[in-house]
Amino acid sequence: MTSHLYRFFPQLEHLSIRVPAGSVAEVLRAVDAMAPGFTDYILDEHGGLRRHVRLSINNTLVFDRKTLSDHVPEDGTLFIFQALSGG
Amino acid sequence: MPTTLLLGTRKGTVIIERKNGRWQPRSILHAGIPVCYAARDPRDGTLWSSLDHGHWGPKLSRSRDNGASWEEVLSLKYPKGARHIVQYMPTPDFDPMAPAGQPEYKDAAVYKIWNIAFGAESQPGRLYAGTIPGGLFISDDGGDTWELNRPLWNHESRGGDLFNGDATSENHWSGTPASVDYGVFEPGIHSIVVDPRDPNHLYVAVSSAGVLESCDGGHTWAVRNKGMRNDYMPDPEAEWGHDPHFVTACPGQPDHLWQQNHCGVFYSENGAKTWKKVSQTDAGVHFGFPIAVDANDGRCAWVVPARADSERMSIDGGLFVARTGDGGQTWQTLRKGLPQQHAYDIVYRHALDAAGDCVCFGSTTGNVYLSEDRGDSWQSLGNHFPPVYSVRFG
Repeated sequence: MTSHLYRFFPQLEHLSIRVPAGSVAEVLRAVDAMAPGFTDYILDEHGGLRRHVRLSINNTLVFDRKTLSDHVPEDGTLFIFQALSGG
Repeated sequence: MPTTLLLGTRKGTVIIERKNGRWQPRSILHAGIPVCYAARDPRDGTLWSSLDHGHWGPKLSRSRDNGASWEEVLSLKYPKGARHIVQYMPTPDFDPMAPAGQPEYKDAAVYKIWNIAFGAESQPGRLYAGTIPGGLFISDDGGDTWELNRPLWNHESRGGDLFNGDATSENHWSGTPASVDYGVFEPGIHSIVVDPRDPNHLYVAVSSAGVLESCDGGHTWAVRNKGMRNDYMPDPEAEWGHDPHFVTACPGQPDHLWQQNHCGVFYSENGAKTWKKVSQTDAGVHFGFPIAVDANDGRCAWVVPARADSERMSIDGGLFVARTGDGGQTWQTLRKGLPQQHAYDIVYRHALDAAGDCVCFGSTTGNVYLSEDRGDSWQSLGNHFPPVYSVRFG
């Protein structure tokens, strides 16, 4: 995941996070259980992806930004990116 | 004399402390994160910063050890079913008199936590927060949990109770350009006033709608824009549609309220029942964002005038503060110690404060100026701060 999130969730740094396969929403909830508040950074209060956040499963961008139903397979990797701008 | 200043800046929270007669900034806190508002709860000393993360959503951060450590509060969220009528940025061919089309609805999400206010001494743990898109949130446990004030959210001036269906009345709340950075054009609550005599007596100010008052702790709200002028609208004296930039009241005389908008400085001495325009254009007192009032004398206020809403900078390159001591009948311009050549500063709505004889403001140019004699003379506290969004003594 983007290293910027480690500032807020240092407990995740240097970890290779392994959670059960499932929907993107389920994977993020599993990470939130390890680092409470994590999904508040990724998702808005309706559970949709925040505007400046992108997710991909391996090399494929997550399509369903609203309900996060895309499936992360057993051997898949979920990547978390952010857009950076401003000065 | 106050001994601490809190700045909300584009790059973090800055605490400036007065020690041995000198004001010294500490190292920046929340480094790199925009902070749109920072203030200290005078009841228990807790510091609050409103983090305006561009990417991760707005968050509140609090410190109970004077800034040594901070914790994030993640619970300020709209409840399921909270909706609002979508606003669109007016285009050049926008006709405000054209019949409104069918309203479009949107599930509410917090874009910005614009203001934090504190309850009375008799209400430990009571906090208020104003948001874009126009939510007033209340906490009674020191900020651990927050609840949307539904009577204001469901007010008839916003279309009524949209939790339970479509609009039942006309929406009079419009957007604020301060929301455009978030890709929307929605209203925002930037001012919350708690009457020290009666903590159930509240005012909020909304860009763009105007001022609303509650006399029953937020159960009911009433419009308080009588006497306001909105010169650029077809009906300048319309009940709604005003854009107060900031509203504040004198703690010692809470019926004395002040605001400044695009069309002048306005003063009320009767608890916002009526407002009167008290600008003095020949002294430059007309357009600007922030306004501060003396803690004890409701007739005494300060503004930092700017050239015009279309030219947001100092007037003629000279930065000055204007002060009135007679309810706006006359204004005195105060320039001693402030740059008078090639200054183009603009001061945002929360970036001027007064406490005792001290007055302080910060500009988006990164300049912070302080007066310890009610504005008669000024000293610079620094010229290389990040753009300053808020200044509060505390």
